[in-house]
Amino acid sequence: MGYQSVGQPLKRKEDLRLLIGKGNFVDDFKLPHMAHMAVLRSSYAHAKILKIHGSKARHTKGVLAVFTSADLGHHNRSFPLLVPHPSLRGVTPRPLAEGKVCYVGEPVAVVVANTRAVAEDALDMIGIDYEPLPAVVCSEKSLEPEGPIVHESLGNNLAAHLAQSSGDVEEAMKQADLIIRERFFLKRGSGQSIEGRVILARYESRMGIFTIWAATQAPHLHRRILAELFSCGEEKIHVIVPDVGGGFGPKGIFYPEDFLVPYISYRLSRPVKWVEDRREHFLSSVHEREQVHEIELALRKDGTFLAFRDHVIVDMGAYVPWGIIVPSVTLSSLLGPYRIPNFSLEAKAVYSNKVPIGQLRGAGRPQAVFVTERMVDIAAAKLGIDRVAIRFKNLIQPGELPYTPGLVYRDGSLMTYDSGDYPSCLQRALLLSGYTGFRPEQEKGREEGHFTGLGMACFVEASGLGPLEGASVRVERTGRVALAVGSPPQGQGHETTLAQICADELGVGVESVDVTLGDTERLSYGTGTFASRTAVVGGNAVSMAARAVKEKAIRIASKILGVGVEGLELAGGKVFSRGMPAKSIPLGEIATIASGSVPGSLFPEGIEPGLEMTCYFTPPQPTYASGAHVAVVQIDPQTGFVKVLRYAVAHDCGRVINPMIVDGQIHGGVAHGIGDSLFENLQYDENGQLQTTSYLTYLIPTSYDVPYIKTEHVEIPSRFNPLGVKGVGEAGAIGAPAAIANAIADALSPFGVPIQEFPLIPSRIWELINKKSFSDEAVQG
Amino acid sequence: MKSPPFDYRDPHTLDEALFFLFQYGDDAKVLAGGQSLVPLMNFRLARPAVVVDINQIHELSYILENEEEVRIGAMTRQSNVETDEGVKRNYPLLPCAIAQIAHSAIRNRGTVGGSLAHADPAAELAAVTLCADAEIKIRSRDEVRWVSSRDFFQGPYTTSLEPTEILEEVKFLKPSGTAETVFLEFSRRQGDFALVGVAAMLETNEDNSCRQARIALCGAGSVPYRAAAVERVLMGERLTLKIIKDAVSVVTEGLESYSDVHASSGYREHLARVLTYRALEMLIESAEKQTRTEKSES
Repeated sequence: MGYQSVGQPLKRKEDLRLLIGKGNFVDDFKLPHMAHMAVLRSSYAHAKILKIHGSKARHTKGVLAVFTSADLGHHNRSFPLLVPHPSLRGVTPRPLAEGKVCYVGEPVAVVVANTRAVAEDALDMIGIDYEPLPAVVCSEKSLEPEGPIVHESLGNNLAAHLAQSSGDVEEAMKQADLIIRERFFLKRGSGQSIEGRVILARYESRMGIFTIWAATQAPHLHRRILAELFSCGEEKIHVIVPDVGGGFGPKGIFYPEDFLVPYISYRLSRPVKWVEDRREHFLSSVHEREQVHEIELALRKDGTFLAFRDHVIVDMGAYVPWGIIVPSVTLSSLLGPYRIPNFSLEAKAVYSNKVPIGQLRGAGRPQAVFVTERMVDIAAAKLGIDRVAIRFKNLIQPGELPYTPGLVYRDGSLMTYDSGDYPSCLQRALLLSGYTGFRPEQEKGREEGHFTGLGMACFVEASGLGPLEGASVRVERTGRVALAVGSPPQGQGHETTLAQICADELGVGVESVDVTLGDTERLSYGTGTFASRTAVVGGNAVSMAARAVKEKAIRIASKILGVGVEGLELAGGKVFSRGMPAKSIPLGEIATIASGSVPGSLFPEGIEPGLEMTCYFTPPQPTYASGAHVAVVQIDPQTGFVKVLRYAVAHDCGRVINPMIVDGQIHGGVAHGIGDSLFENLQYDENGQLQTTSYLTYLIPTSYDVPYIKTEHVEIPSRFNPLGVKGVGEAGAIGAPAAIANAIADALSPFGVPIQEFPLIPSRIWELINKKSFSDEAVQG
Repeated sequence: MKSPPFDYRDPHTLDEALFFLFQYGDDAKVLAGGQSLVPLMNFRLARPAVVVDINQIHELSYILENEEEVRIGAMTRQSNVETDEGVKRNYPLLPCAIAQIAHSAIRNRGTVGGSLAHADPAAELAAVTLCADAEIKIRSRDEVRWVSSRDFFQGPYTTSLEPTEILEEVKFLKPSGTAETVFLEFSRRQGDFALVGVAAMLETNEDNSCRQARIALCGAGSVPYRAAAVERVLMGERLTLKIIKDAVSVVTEGLESYSDVHASSGYREHLARVLTYRALEMLIESAEKQTRTEKSES
């Protein structure tokens, strides 16, 4: 196609509506007779439920019903495991806890009332007799014999043991000039969407149909699971995703409330709404990031990487609603863009009495990139080699692509880095960051008493996962184009980018494309928005469907105009004869003819009805985006305060559909990465009580904490899809923690402190500095 | 996150409000700017049976100044004090500290009296009143009494206010013309509660010795406190970096520090030393600058 709008920084179609308050979020929907649900959550990390006293709540004015596990009967069964794995002993959540609770926040009972306030008042009246059990809190201790067990039937807390290896690590270690061993401790983080999870369900008994409005990232998966739980056909369940205020992964999971709300609507014959509040978001939406790594890197003294070994412990929390995606993705992201011939990677996924782990922007990659990139810097320092030089020495060169690092991806495919230029990304990010003048700047800063540091990180990211996404394109009689795609946005600007692809294929303006996303009635099949996949999988589906409509329009026009299809062209909203441009017909007119214009008339012979096509794209394997991040930080050694001064990203997401939107994706991701590296930490006490359940205690970066982020697009088209696009939604979050930690380590190099964790909060940095040579006296100044 | 049910009263006069407090006693809670009470109620950590909303009592919102003092009505919004030209000129410590309270949207609603009565140990205004030796006017149905800020703060979220009383006014005596003041705080992010905040005032003699030093800290412990030990070390001494260093080494005397998710008690104590040092260093510099300017003018 001739690209008109693809590649242009068009303003987002959705923004006007959102900026003037005309967005439509689930909580804006108010249906007649709508009831409200509130959830009573476990206050214990691990306890037997002896008795639930619900009658007082049931008899409160305004309360319609109280449900406990006993009231759900056979419907209170465990949810299907969405992503099974041969080594996984998967325990999934059920709607309401039965017999025992496994984390603070687990739903135990629900109240349905006329208002949310009354429902919350009634929660206070439900008494539960618990018998507390010792809790599994520390993942490293979770496999000790004699310790408490989260799911007794499993015999221990091991959920899965994953391993990947290639070459001969033992032999390579023997040949090495240097072997570095380090341990890394990465803390729990979360996805703080401004809008929490929200569900509104209406059961219509006449047709037995559920209509569900939900802030979900995966409406088709939602529908599939509900159909299974209700033992009904998927056609009985209609899931609609209106405007959504952020997702970041946690909204892609199927949660107890996702079942409870439609179920109760069915039981009470009333629409039911549940809106997650912030405290509930901390206590029930999935967490991520928490891992412990034990790594060995073997090198030659010239800096060549010989072998890499990692033992990871991944705390999965109490259940595995999405299987072991996170540990699996961590393992396959450890080698990154580097040539490492021998490796042995192992992950133990363990259960604990904490909120379940699920994929969160980056999904296990920020951790992998963090540990690998820290190892690279530590190795460079030990060998006395420049940090950039050691990277260039080991980066896979463009000529080596496609490259198979010897890893298997979570979808079972043999990983093949399809295209990219890793050295160029690093080079450009360094140039953007002011790297060349940095050492003098650093010296000068130190003389003035502040410590600046520069850090870098390179990564490769599998994006655009299968199995499929679909698009339906229809030209209306007006000539406007109705585009529908299954996977919904949570703020990524899909309405704009997908319209750009559609408009260019059809030769119409972007403004004449109307986009509907995330409605299960518009596309029969779909997967969802996660894994940086909508531009890749959805975008190529749009391209296919629009092209098919274009071909059909030309076939119909050929009949009408009496010109062979080879002599016709579609542009500017009409089909015309190349030889005689005056001989033309607008798309709207073709659509009118194809829709059968006069009631009772005969449909024109030789013309296929309907100017509409639905196509599905099924990627042959993931496509590999890549990038390099450079951070410059300044540290006050007296307080440990870290300020990110500058930030630069050079990123290859293949063909850029809309550079402004891609920049925005990277900016948002980097902000999240700044959160992971400097602020975000879900802290549990030894009893499994979450200590951080509000923004007083769990800090996320604000505009003060995020610097201007320079970006550069390195456009190397993907080999695995016709549009040549790769994903970008997670790229910012993946590189940032590593780049910032490396910058902190660089800034504090005079103190020689070990930087082996995130987040790095001021008090921790002060502790690290203090433990080393710097006395309190000197710090004072 | 919905508040439990409560009864609501919105008196239009102070007398009316005091009557409600007399009537409901312990069951009532006064609603000023609502920046602390409302979230506490939504978290169901505070469950007052009656909320007495004093936002309609306009007689409690004022800033009055004369030669000796600045008097601020309890319901004066923090942002009004922050931007008041007279206060900026005559009591710069107040706007300097208030600018560091949360964010402007919160200061637009938050009141001076509300912050003091809530007595969050990290509240900037508590340290300012302590540093200023401010007097707090308290009224009940039957009496008016004045309490020194030193006696007002009794513990975390605890003051000498009785349930039937309303904080009516806070009165700051203007310091002498040569006094230099500053408020410094350290928080994890701009606008967060201070891990430690320091309000400091320094008056110097012509020979650059300390005539008076007043230093108050918030955030470091469970109650805001006056660093009397530091003040004693500085009193009468020639102000050098050496003497500041000696002085700040005793800043934690009498402090009961605490640990939370943001900081250990040791780190808080360390911050108390660092910030007090920085505050005093800044004050000495501006005092010197002032002396120089005076000399060059004369």
